[in-house]
Amino acid sequence: MSKSKPVVDLDVEAVIADMATRLKQFLKASKRSKPLIVGVHTGGVWVAHALHEALGLGEAVGELNIAFYRDDFSRIGMHPTVSPSNLPVAVEDRHLVLVDDILYSGRTVRAAMNEIFDYGRPASITLAVLIDREERDLPIRADIVGATMQLAAGEHVKLTGPQPMKLELSKVGA
Amino acid sequence: MSLALQTDSKGRLRHFLTVEGLPRSLLTEILDNAERFTGVGERAVKKVPLLRGKTVINLFFEPSTRTRTTFDLAAKRLSADVMNISIETSSAKKGESLADTLRNLEAMHTDMFVVRHQSSGAPFYIAQQVGPEVSVINGGDGRHSHPTQAMLDAFTIRRVKGGFDGLSVAIVGDIAHSRVARSEIHALRTLGVSDLRAVGPRTLVPTGIEAMGATPYYDMEEGIRGCDVIVMLRLQQERMDSALLPSAHEYFQLYGLTQQRLKLAKRDVTVMHPGPINRGIEIESAVADGSQSVILQQVTHGIAVRMAVMAMCMGNQAEAGE
Repeated sequence: MSKSKPVVDLDVEAVIADMATRLKQFLKASKRSKPLIVGVHTGGVWVAHALHEALGLGEAVGELNIAFYRDDFSRIGMHPTVSPSNLPVAVEDRHLVLVDDILYSGRTVRAAMNEIFDYGRPASITLAVLIDREERDLPIRADIVGATMQLAAGEHVKLTGPQPMKLELSKVGA
Repeated sequence: MSLALQTDSKGRLRHFLTVEGLPRSLLTEILDNAERFTGVGERAVKKVPLLRGKTVINLFFEPSTRTRTTFDLAAKRLSADVMNISIETSSAKKGESLADTLRNLEAMHTDMFVVRHQSSGAPFYIAQQVGPEVSVINGGDGRHSHPTQAMLDAFTIRRVKGGFDGLSVAIVGDIAHSRVARSEIHALRTLGVSDLRAVGPRTLVPTGIEAMGATPYYDMEEGIRGCDVIVMLRLQQERMDSALLPSAHEYFQLYGLTQQRLKLAKRDVTVMHPGPINRGIEIESAVADGSQSVILQQVTHGIAVRMAVMAMCMGNQAEAGE
């Protein structure tokens, strides 16, 4: 199915450091204090931890596994087991920073937001993504984007990690 | 046969009728999925949208409180629409055959039936009758099988003990008439419990239990000695009237689980019971309500396990529908 996997030449750590700086400014400008970082499994959690560290936040990173909220369950069924969602702190009235590795269709973010609202009503959600593929099926845009990437049809980009984090490109169906 | 009926061409769960014959990997997958669902009941909104738009019918030909309620809750927490039909209110009383009842319910575009029936094998018959996009879950059939109860007990054991390897588990009571015991023995053997004991009076422990992988013990104290887990079974009142047992009092004297007897098991022994419990007949109140009892946790776990089985069966309908 998938052909060779060249590693995309992108210094992920440097990109995340830059994201952290801009995220800090963004949160300050929008008066979103005491942010709660929430990563989407699996790659989003890695990026979330890196951002969390860079921002020097005290509270634990929340982890979302959106498998129960996906819109393709009736087509492909249950996803293989990964760790369950874990939001250690109540989200009620908090400023959330939702973190994912790749923003593509926007479906994952939609599912993640639906799940968040089943835990409570946050004051706001800021979306931060490492890579924006700039092809969206849903009207969802990130507030903080690490890098943009335009890929040809059938091409896929994936974050591997967590130590070190690298981007892998693959061609499906080639 | 049971494996072929229960799984699809990729070996994934399509119906859940019996534990017997299912591979360890599939049972572990059920337990792992249940683990993921436990958190749902602890959230502000105790619901995930996985089965939104699906219709589940609980078809109970035999009375049940715990099983039906937890199946009902499990389906609702998965956002399915649920209907409970019990024999008292159905047309079966008016003489409609099981096959006709089913055809009518299927015509209402039901996606899943949860069936409890007094006849062994009824859920199998139903699974063979329904269309390829309908799943059937056995909620207990006759003396034969109660697979979700076995899985929720296995789930509870795994949570408390961390695994199954090296455990000694005693199942105590009316083994002969218990579908719970039968399913439990299959599940725990498949999952790797090496020392599995069937404890009870000779009249209530079936001959040939060794072939299923359990060792018979006719003496309660010997049977629970050194055990990690004791699963007490309900003594069905109707057995008292038969010649199989002398009296409830005498049964308690010989096979009741008391605090005194519990000392024979391991210090960290876990006490389980599928419910409903008969206090003072098979179990002393002090034990049922004691610190080693996980009887109420079993009920909570029952919801997560049933959510897992429902989601797996329903999710795998995708292939059949293609």
